[in-house]
Amino acid sequence: MKVLVPVKRVVDYNIKPRVAADGSGVETQGVKMSMNPFDEIALEEALRLREKGQADEVIAVSIGPQVAQDVLRTAMAMGADRAILVQTEAEIEPRVVSSLLKAVVEKEQPGLISMGKQAIDDDMNATGQMLAARLGWPQGTFASKVEITDGKVSVAREVDGGTETVALTLPAVITADLRLNEPRYASLPNIMKARKKPLETIAADSLGVDLTPHLKIISVAEPPERKAGVIVETVEELVEKLKTEAKVI
Amino acid sequence: MTALVLIEAENGVIRQASRSAIAAASRFGDVDALLLGETGAEAASKLPGIRKVLHVPALKHALAEPAAALLAGLASSYSHILSATSSTGKNILPRLAGLLDAQPISDVVAIQDDATFVRPIYAGNALATVQSSDSVKIMTIRSSSFDPVNEDGGSASIEVLDAPADDGKSNFVKLEQSQSDRPELEVARVVISGGKGLKDASNFHTLLEPIADKLGAAIGASRAAVDSGFAPNEMQVGQTGKVVAPELYIATGLSGAIQHLAGMKDSRVIVAINIDPEAPIFKVADYGMVGDLFELLPALAKAL
Repeated sequence: MKVLVPVKRVVDYNIKPRVAADGSGVETQGVKMSMNPFDEIALEEALRLREKGQADEVIAVSIGPQVAQDVLRTAMAMGADRAILVQTEAEIEPRVVSSLLKAVVEKEQPGLISMGKQAIDDDMNATGQMLAARLGWPQGTFASKVEITDGKVSVAREVDGGTETVALTLPAVITADLRLNEPRYASLPNIMKARKKPLETIAADSLGVDLTPHLKIISVAEPPERKAGVIVETVEELVEKLKTEAKVI
Repeated sequence: MTALVLIEAENGVIRQASRSAIAAASRFGDVDALLLGETGAEAASKLPGIRKVLHVPALKHALAEPAAALLAGLASSYSHILSATSSTGKNILPRLAGLLDAQPISDVVAIQDDATFVRPIYAGNALATVQSSDSVKIMTIRSSSFDPVNEDGGSASIEVLDAPADDGKSNFVKLEQSQSDRPELEVARVVISGGKGLKDASNFHTLLEPIADKLGAAIGASRAAVDSGFAPNEMQVGQTGKVVAPELYIATGLSGAIQHLAGMKDSRVIVAINIDPEAPIFKVADYGMVGDLFELLPALAKAL
C-alpha cells in the first residue's frame, strides 16, 4: 500500500507572524519557513506504518511554489521514499489544493492519505475533509491513534466531549492531531541521502484544475492589543480587586 | 435569503455554541436548523428565530460522510450553511464544501455583510477580512464572538428526515466521554487553567479544583500540560484546543505561549499566577501575581 502525505510550507511555528504594512497579508519574505507541524506528525505516522510493514511506500506531495521543494527534501530526509511538487506560484485555497491533490491521487492510487488537520498559516482545517469528499472516501479527522487491520483503519479522534473511535474502509483520508505521535528529526546522513531521492515536478496548470480562488482576501490586520495590567502582592489584594475593581466575582 | 444551521444537542439540550451560530445566521435572513441524532428536537423547536427544525434521528453519531451527503442534498434551498466551530462542525462542513466545490470559511468572528467575513489566521496573530463568491456560503462560527440566542421563546415546526443512503465505509465504534460536574469550558463564566508549572496530574486536581469549586469554574489546561498527561485533551485551551472568552480567566503555572493566548485572550478579565515574572502571560493579564503556585493557590482557595 502506498501512503500519500501532503505537506505545506508555512512560516515556522516559532516565528511571530508580522502583518504586512499594506494589509495584504502576513510577511513571508526573509522569514524562516518550515513544514507545517501537523504535516510532520502525519508524515511520521505514515513512516511508522511502513516500518510496521503495513505500507510499502510513502510519497510526500506539496502544492506550492518552487521553493516548496525544501519541505519535500525535509520530508524525504525524515524518510519519505519520493516526492512530488505540484508547482504554482499562485495563492491557492484549500478548495483548489484538494482538487489538485485529487488529480495526484488518481495518478498514484494510494491506499491511505495521511495529512495534517490544519495548516498553521490560514488555520482553515478543511483540505483533508474536502479531499475525502472529492474522492468519495471516508475520513478520520483529528486523529490521536491510528491502527490498520484487514483493509480497515481504526481512528481515535479528539472530539469536544472526549475521544471518538471510527472504523473506515480503505482507501481513506486521516488528518493528524497533535497527540498522534512525536515526529522524528532528520539525521545528517539522511539529509544527505534525501538529496538523491526522486522529486518530480508537475505544473499545476497541467492538471485541468481552475486555480481561481472563491474566497478573496480583502485585508489582513493586527488584532486589537491587550494592555498589561498590574502586579498584586497578596491573594487578599487579588480577591479584593476582583470583587471591587473588576467586579467579576 | 435563508440560512441553515447544523446544531448539536447534548442530553436533549442545545449546545450554547450552536445557539451562537443561530445568532450569527439570523444576520442573513430566515433560519432553519438541522439536528442530527435522536434527542434535542423539542429543545431546538423552542429556540427563538427558527423557521423550522429538520430532524434526522437516524444519524445519531453525526458521522461526516452521511451528514455531508444529506446537507449537499439540502444546500440548493439555502444561501448560507453554518455550524459552530466545534469538532462536529469542523468535521462535517468542509466535507460538504468539498461536495459542493465551495471554499468553506472557518471560525468566523465577525460578519460584515452577506459575503464578507472576518476570521483569525496565524493562531489569532492576524485577522483576515475575506469575501466569498460561492453561491452557498459555508462557514463555522466562533461562539465566543456571537452572543447566543435564548434557549426558548420560539415554536418552530419539526420535520423528520430520513438518513441518506450509506455506503458503509465509515462506522462508529465508540465514544469515550469525559465525565464532569463542572460547566463546559466554552460556556463557563469562569475558567481556571493550569500549565506545566503544576508539575503533575495530582497537583492539577488538588490545587485547581478547590478554586474551581468556589467559583463554579471550568478547568482548562495548556498544551504542555495536556502533552505531559496532567489533563485530558478536551481540556486544552488554545489555537488547536478550545477557544474561550469567559468573564474571568485564571492562568496558573503556564507561560502564555502564542498558541495558548490565541485561545483565551478575548476573556474579559485575565489573572495570571506564575513564578517567572518574565512570562508572556503577564503581558495580557489584568492582574498578575508572581510566586510559588504551591503556596499561592491554596491561599487563594482559602481567601475566596
